Parts: sequence; C-alpha cells; structure tokens
Amino acid sequence: MKEESINGDSGMRGEGFSFWLVGFVLLIVLPLLNVLPGTDSPLHVSDFTLNLFGKFLAFAILALGLDLIWGYTGILSLGHGVFFGLGAYAIGMHMMLSIGTESVYGSALPDFMVWNQVKELPLFWKPFSSAWLSVAAAILVPTIFAAIFGFLAFRSRIKGVYFSIITQALALSAWLVFNRNETNLGGTNGLTDFKTFFGFRLSEPGTQRTLYVVTVFFLGGAYLLCRWIIKSRTGKVLVAIRDSEQRVLFSGYSPANYKLFVFVVSAALAGLAGALYVPQVGIITPAQIGVLPSIEMVIWVAVGGRGTLVGAVLGAVGVNLGRSILTNHFPELWPFFLGGLFIAVVLFFPDGCVGLLRKLGGGWSSRKAGEGLDKPLATSEPGSR
Amino acid sequence: MKKMWWIVALAVLCGGVAGVRAEEPALTAPSAAPAMIEEALKGLAGEDAAVQEAAVQTLITRGDADLLPRLEAMRAEGDRSLRMAIKPVLDLLKSKTKLTSRKAEDRRSAAADLAATGNPMALVWLEAALPTEQDRWVRYQIEESINLTKLAADDPAVKAAAASRLGELHSQNAVPALKELAGPSTSPGQAPAADSGERSPEQALVAKAAAEAIERIETWSSWTSAIETFFRGISLSSVLLLMALGLAIIFGLMGVINMAHGEFMMLGAYATFLTQEGFKAWLPPGLFDYYFLLAMPCSFLAAGLFGLLLEASLIRFLYGRPLETLLATWGVSLILIQGARVVFGDLTSVVAPSWLSGGMQLMVGVQLPYNRLFIIALAAVCVLGIYFLLFRTGVGLRVRAVMQNRNMSACLAIPTRKVDAYTFAFGSGLAGLAGCALTLIGNVEPGLGQNYIVDSFMVVVTGGVGKLAGTIVASLGIGGLNKLLEPSFGAVYGKVFILVLVILFLQWRPSGLFTIKGRHVES
Repeated sequence: MKEESINGDSGMRGEGFSFWLVGFVLLIVLPLLNVLPGTDSPLHVSDFTLNLFGKFLAFAILALGLDLIWGYTGILSLGHGVFFGLGAYAIGMHMMLSIGTESVYGSALPDFMVWNQVKELPLFWKPFSSAWLSVAAAILVPTIFAAIFGFLAFRSRIKGVYFSIITQALALSAWLVFNRNETNLGGTNGLTDFKTFFGFRLSEPGTQRTLYVVTVFFLGGAYLLCRWIIKSRTGKVLVAIRDSEQRVLFSGYSPANYKLFVFVVSAALAGLAGALYVPQVGIITPAQIGVLPSIEMVIWVAVGGRGTLVGAVLGAVGVNLGRSILTNHFPELWPFFLGGLFIAVVLFFPDGCVGLLRKLGGGWSSRKAGEGLDKPLATSEPGSR
Repeated sequence: MKKMWWIVALAVLCGGVAGVRAEEPALTAPSAAPAMIEEALKGLAGEDAAVQEAAVQTLITRGDADLLPRLEAMRAEGDRSLRMAIKPVLDLLKSKTKLTSRKAEDRRSAAADLAATGNPMALVWLEAALPTEQDRWVRYQIEESINLTKLAADDPAVKAAAASRLGELHSQNAVPALKELAGPSTSPGQAPAADSGERSPEQALVAKAAAEAIERIETWSSWTSAIETFFRGISLSSVLLLMALGLAIIFGLMGVINMAHGEFMMLGAYATFLTQEGFKAWLPPGLFDYYFLLAMPCSFLAAGLFGLLLEASLIRFLYGRPLETLLATWGVSLILIQGARVVFGDLTSVVAPSWLSGGMQLMVGVQLPYNRLFIIALAAVCVLGIYFLLFRTGVGLRVRAVMQNRNMSACLAIPTRKVDAYTFAFGSGLAGLAGCALTLIGNVEPGLGQNYIVDSFMVVVTGGVGKLAGTIVASLGIGGLNKLLEPSFGAVYGKVFILVLVILFLQWRPSGLFTIKGRHVES
C-alpha cells in the first residue's frame, strides 16, 4: 500500500462540497418540490416518490454500516438483516401498541394476538408502550445482540467465509423464529396496520415528509460518523485488518477488539435503519430479515462500490430504485437481474459504480489521494491451505 | 310398529339358533352341505328378513369359498336389501380365501380384516390358520387378530388372557379396546348400569390385565418412536452428507464457497423428474419402474456438466477470493432458481419406483421405509467411493496434493487447473445425486436446495476443511441432532439450538473437528 494512502487527507474539500450539495438537494429541494408546485407540475415530487426515497435512504444508513464492516474491515456479514429487523420490530411493536383500540377487533392488544388467542400482553412487549424506550431499544437491542454474537465469533477467530456462513445461519434462524406465531411477533404476516407514531397520524403526508427529513438527518449523521471512524486511527487499523490480519496481530494490536467494535457499530446503524424504515413503509415481516434480504444488502454495497462511503449510499439507493422499477413492470425478471448483478459486480466491476466512475475519469481521480485507502487489496490471497 | 320389532328380534334369534344348528351337521356330515347351501342361497334372495338373516349365518358358518362367484353374481343382480345382506358374507369369505393366499401381504391384511369384523367364525378360521403359518409378521397379525376378537368374549378369564397376550405382543391396535376394558371411568360413553357400583372380581381382573397391557404397549411404543426418530435422523444426515462432501472437497481444494451447490441438487432432482417423464412418454409402462436406475447417472451427469460449465465460465476467475465467489455463486443460484420456476412451475413431484415403496418391518411398530434405506445405502456407497478415489487412485493423490500445497504440486507437474475443474464437476455431480435421492422423500421444487444449503455449510464449518472424516461426523451429528430435537423443541427451535451449539463448539475448536495438522499460520 502506498504511503500517501495511509494519511491521505487531500480531496476532502471536494468531498465536503459534494456532501453539502447532496445534503442540500435531499434535505431542502426534494421536500420543497413535494410541497410547493402543483400536482400537475413536471417538477412536482409526489408523496409516493418522497416516501420511496425515504425508504431508500433508510437502507442507505444500513449500507453505510455494512460498508464499514465489509468494505473497510473485510468481514462479510450475511446477517445484517437480523439487526435491521431487530430495530424495525422494536419500533413496529411500539406502533402496534399505540394503535390501541383503533384495531379491527377493538382490543387494546394487537390484532394478531387476538387471532392467536393471547389474552394478556406478553411481558417483553410491555416496555414498548413507551415511544422513547422503543427508540432506544431499536438501537440498543441490535447493538447488544451484535456484541454478544460478535464477541463469541471473533474471540474464537471465526473469520472469512466461516464468519459469513455463521451469520447466514443466524439470519436463517432469526427468520425461522420471527415466523413462528408463539413468539408473539406477528408470525408470517409481521407487524402492520400502524396508525400513529409519536402521536402523529402516519397516513398524513406531513408526517411522512417529516419522517423523510428525519431520515436524511440521520443519514447525514451516520455518514459523518463513519467518515470520522475511517479517518481516525481506528479506521486505519480496520483497513489494515482487511489487508493482513496476521500483520496487525503481530504488530501488537488485537484484531478481535477492533472487529467487534466495527461489527457493533454497523449493527447499531442497521437497527437505526430498521427503525426509520418501519414508520415509512408501514409493515415489517420476517421476509424482510431473512437470508435473501441480508445478502441483498451486501450487493447494494458491492454495486455502489465497497470501501467508499459514497458508494454504499449510491448503491443502496440505486439498486432499490432499480428494484422498485423492475418489480413493478417485470416481476419475473427481477431475480434474474439481481442474480446477474451479483455475478457482474464480482466479475467485471469489483469496485462498483464508484470504481467505474473513477476509472472513466482517470486523471481526475489519481489526484485524489484518499483513494488508495479505499481500494481492496489487489493481490489475491493464496488459495492453498 | 312394536310388532315389527318383535318379528325382527325373533328372526335374529332364529338365525342364531339356525347358525348353531347348521354348524353341527357341517362338521359331522359334509354330504348334507350342498342342499343346505342351496336352501340358504334361496333364502338369501327371498323377501323374508328372518330367513335372510338365517341364510347369512349359515353361509358364514359353512365358510365355503367356492361360493364366491355365485354370491358375486347374486350381488350384482340383487336389489339393495340383498346387497346389504350379502356384503358381510362376501367380505368374510374373501378374507378367508385371502388367508390362504400365497402373498404374505394378503394374508396379513386378511387377518387384520377378520379381526375388524368381530365375527366368531373369524376366530375359528384364524386359529386354524395359525399353526401352519410360516411368515413371522403374518403370524403376528393373526395372533393379534385372535386376541382382539377374544377381547370381546363373554368369559372374563378369556378376556383377561387376551388382554395380557396383547400386551406381550405390544399391539398398538389394541390400545383403544384395552382402554375401554381398563377403566369404565375413562370411558364416559358406557352407560352406568345398575350393578356397576362395585365391579365383580372377574371384571377387576380383566381391568387389571388391560391396564398392565396398556402400560407395556406404551413403553414399547416410546422405544419404537425413538428408533424411528434415530432412523429418520440418519437418512437426513445422508442427504446432508452427500451435499456437504461435495462442498467440503471443493472448499478444501480451491477455497471456493459455492452457494449454488444447493441448486446443483435441484438440478439433479429435475433431471430425475425429466427422466421419469421421458420413460412415461416414450417407453412401455412395464419399464417405468427402472427409470430410477437411469435417473441416478443422469442427475449426476447433469449437475456435473453444469458444474464444469460454471467452473469454466465463472469460478476460475475467482480463485482465492472466497468472499467474492460466495456472492457470485449466490447470484448464479438466484438465476437457477428463477429459471427452474419459469420452466417447470412451482411444484412437481416424482413417483418413487414401486420397488422402493413399502418398508422393512424390523420389529413390532418399527418399519424402515425402503426409500430412506436406499438413501442411506447410496450415501454409504458414495463415501466409500470417494475414499477409494481419493486414497487409492492416482487422481486422488493429485487432488490431495493440490489440496495440501498448490504451488508445490504445480511445480511437480500436476495440472492443478484441470484437477480443480474436475473436482468441482465431481462435487457438483454429488450434489446432483443427492437431489436425485431427495426426490424419493420429497417434492421437487425450485427452492429445494435452499433448505439444505445453510445446514450443509454448517456441516462443513463444524467438520473442518480437508478431512472427509470431519464432514461425515459433522453431518451425522447435525442431521441427527436436527431430528432428535424436533419432537421436543420443534423444528424451528431445534435449528436455532444447533446454531448456538455450533457457535459454542467453534469456541472450543475454531477450525472444526478435524484439521490437517501443521504449523501453518491461518491464512
């Protein structure tokens, strides 16, 4: 690795400028276009589109976390759907309870409990009647869960593919458990039919607009946080772990601790993403947290360009945009397209869109130093064991 | 109205008397039989219910199987009441004939049918058949039938004896009847008779015998269900083993994680399906049963060729980048699943050949289905084959050499690229074979492989890379545990529990059960 890449700080001005530009567009321009022009104006952004973008940006928060652990630290987690789900279910449970007697059966209990003949609110549901506690839980539960899981995994030096497989098994198990009716999490149908969030009606465009703006704020925050981590000393160690864990170990660092740290941070971001996702989409089901969605999240990062924070955001928005267009028009083709995307990204543009753009604008990017840091190790590890 | 009931009652009585009377001449003077039978047949066709009833009794008591065609003819022509009257005669006589059939299966079902009629004559026939019966399971069935019939006898001593004998036989079929005998309190259906306040000593004896028998039977059945669970565990493990062997060899050799491995299994299953359809369409039906013999090589080849193709077009560019292969092959699996869904639709099933239906009766209440036995045998043969291939042939030597040290092998003129390609194809073919085997115990659907892929990866992780023994032990362990935990935990929590176990196990042995010993730093 070139030396300049280690302390590459130039190019930050350009990055800062685009950060504020994108933030300005997402935060001010889009909502304004939603409110100001008439519905027939070509510039008008419909409530639906704004809501859709809110969802994508929530995903982008998750992608940032995933990029942190995969793109920068080289740990491929195939279980981030679980952390996303934990955050989403925490908020979902709160909104379920805040429906109150507006539900179909007019009971204070959520509808699915009435179907399942649950007479009393299960104990673990009780804290979720408080909105702030639920918000805290949406971040803390995935964090704590990731801390325990990560501690066990990294302590015994489960790494590489082994870690991926274990996390995939985790996603499968979580999916199975959330699907069960007796866990009182809504079974296959999940949690839905929400009415209010923090006292605001979810059906009103104003509420959705606010949620969108909040999501943009959190995305910006998450971006800055990730950037700060990467630029810090810790970030350098993380990249070093990706490139050669042995050397880091022999240099006196404890890779396990760093890995645990980054795993926990990315799980917290995933939980946050889930928490922002649910009120905007209005439903959370086990189908959104299983094996397939978890591995799809990885492909967002891969398509955007792993090892670059911009790429993660870009990928999350881009792939999901493509998905919602394709599934609307050709639902049968989407799996083919997604599968092709997996293959193409690995074979033809391993650095994703960002890498592709850089290649195209060669001269411009070579002046930007920070990039060396972002590129994964080019030489392949020996396959021999 | 009342008068009619009287007539019926009288008729029944007469019939009974006639039956008893008819028995004696039958035993003493066979020459008198034809006339009596003719008379009975005539009576059967008549209008009078009493005469009809008597005729039925006569015919049953005579038990002359030669009459079957005539009775059939009468039944075909007769009106409803005649048909109703003839049916029990026909059934009993048919069962009686079947009791002397050549096929053990027929004799067995006849014995079971006779017990269900509860007719006293059935008892006579069964007891006559018992001493000459050779087949163990037919004997068992006859004895069970005899004692089941005796359970309804009037004599308490006979009842008690039958109950305890049924207990000795571990007869699951007798449990409802025994329960009724064991405690009147447990069967609320019984009307409280005037004298049921205190039970007579004989009745108490019967109840005690029945209760003991029930206990015996239930202990036995808990054992047999344990054995069956164990057996199902092994057969699940066999499928897992076939999957995991391919995965482990590929991973060990090339450091490639093939997420599409489950889809090779799916391909194998569809190859089997297509072979079956081909036999249906083009070959005479008599050959249909043999399609499975052709389906096995077909599925192996189909999956293997596809593996070769995948290796040449995708995997070879990704050597030494396990995480990337994982993603790319996942994409391949998505495409294959959706492709199968578009081509074949959602659900197709394969008819197991008739020589694999049924099962082997191991002991009372334990039947090992042939299809599961076949899968186990197939897995065993494959394991032996792989061992032979790897450790006794030149090809295997090369594979092992490349597995241990790729660069050194290349230096020694081993064509490592070829070894890789063929090994990958072979591993894929094994998955195809697993898919073929799987059609025997389940439906063929596009998502078939997905159900097994995570489990088989867990096997690879737990077993350790590079040693077949690890894969075998781990797949037996995980498959067995899966089935073992299912009854008590439920399938879902069983799976979760296994994940926790695997994670804890890896704390203790981070690189799996068996590993190649050496001083290498983990790469």
